[in-house]
Amino acid sequence: MYPKEYRFTKDHEWVKVEGDTATIGITDFAQKQLGDVVYVELPAVGKTLDVHQTIGVVESVKAVSDVYSPLSGEVIAINEDLNNSPETLNHDPHGKGWIIRLRLKNKSDLDQLMTVGDYEKFLEGPAS
Amino acid sequence: MKKTRFYECHKALGGRMIEFFSWEMPVEFKGIIEEHMAVRTAAGLFDVSHMGEIMVRGKDALAFIQHLTPNDAGRLALNQAQYTALTTPQGTFVDDMLVYCLSLEEYLLVVNAANTDKDFGWVAAHQAGFAVSVENVSDGYSQLALQGPKAQEILQTLTSINLAGMKSFWAEHGKVAGIDALVSRTGYTGEDGFEIYTTSAQPAAILEEIMKVGQPFGLLPIGLGARDTLRLEAKLMLYGNDIDDTTTVLEADLKWIIKFKKGDFLGRDVLEKQLTEGIKRKIVGFELIEKGIPRPHYPVFAAGQKAGQVCSGTFSPFLKKSIGLVYLPVELTGIGTEVEVGIRDRQVKAKVVSTPFYKRGGK
Repeated sequence: MYPKEYRFTKDHEWVKVEGDTATIGITDFAQKQLGDVVYVELPAVGKTLDVHQTIGVVESVKAVSDVYSPLSGEVIAINEDLNNSPETLNHDPHGKGWIIRLRLKNKSDLDQLMTVGDYEKFLEGPAS
Repeated sequence: MKKTRFYECHKALGGRMIEFFSWEMPVEFKGIIEEHMAVRTAAGLFDVSHMGEIMVRGKDALAFIQHLTPNDAGRLALNQAQYTALTTPQGTFVDDMLVYCLSLEEYLLVVNAANTDKDFGWVAAHQAGFAVSVENVSDGYSQLALQGPKAQEILQTLTSINLAGMKSFWAEHGKVAGIDALVSRTGYTGEDGFEIYTTSAQPAAILEEIMKVGQPFGLLPIGLGARDTLRLEAKLMLYGNDIDDTTTVLEADLKWIIKFKKGDFLGRDVLEKQLTEGIKRKIVGFELIEKGIPRPHYPVFAAGQKAGQVCSGTFSPFLKKSIGLVYLPVELTGIGTEVEVGIRDRQVKAKVVSTPFYKRGGK
């Protein structure tokens, strides 16, 4: 279910790193908790983010949820398809439902994130 | 947490359970949007057993209800129901509710789950001078709502009550899936439909049979999430969001439930004065012109000044727009008036629109 090469946060974001670029989204667990996503607020391209700074907001019919940046860096792309098709976040959270791409500032930020094994254990634990 | 007698059914149907005013209730099954659309286009089944039921019996039952409520319960025939309110002496809401006339000396009040204890206390505290007995019978009642264009067809297969002959806001006793029940043509979704009350200790068969019969019609079980979006599209009030003990019946745009000619009732003087002098604020519907979703308590601005705050607000699954209700000064309540909703650090453009947002067979 959760891609092997991705890294994860306790706030249910995922990260996929290719070179010095990181793609960020929310996990399948997160989209299931939210329910039908109807609105995504995206940041501006060029914005610099620190670790745990708010990237944007995902809203379902019932809930409003902040999305936090797992890494520091500069926003180099946003998924504009989400403006017109926010439901993509429900249908393909780990693929077409990506939210932003960052140019990594600090590769060592990655060391703080969970591997897929850690994340699956985290989901099973009482804290999830 | 309290559970309804359909709790196991919800689990079996895959309901996601949440706490709702100390009740463990399903918030959604398949998803709010899919459930919402099922009710608008086919049918949906809701467990509303958490609602409160208060029985008023006695020689003065009618006079007592007339004293407590602004609508004219004197117009109720046997087995007829009406939407009304429990009002304070200030003309504001203790709660909104349905009143059923079960006999000339027996009336059933159906109130909001969150207010049941408060309402019962209120009703009991006002009975001096009336030959009535008041009983909180909530624990004995289970209630289902079957709503949507296919509701009648589905329910008719399970009851001998002639549903086609039942008018809106009328009720009849009979069996549903072999279980004694009171069925009324009422609901809170903006669709045609029925509410089914039973005092059976084991009513699960009603839910199970309706689900079985309804499946070919596209019937879905519905959670509290879609119940909220459905009622808001139809501009039906939610106590605690849209009305409470600070909003008068006139400000809530519910003048149609006030019958001044019936005689005295709690809050009458204030409401009559407000009617004569004119209200200063009124609830109106709005929709966002720009993207965003209005949520309860978000500020609403007019010409840069705070003018109110969002009561209910949501993304409307049927209209695919963001809609909400807000109390605004009357001069800002004209259809088309532009306002802004404060969403986080943005001011998002909105305009006052006519309500209900959704009307069956209409737009």
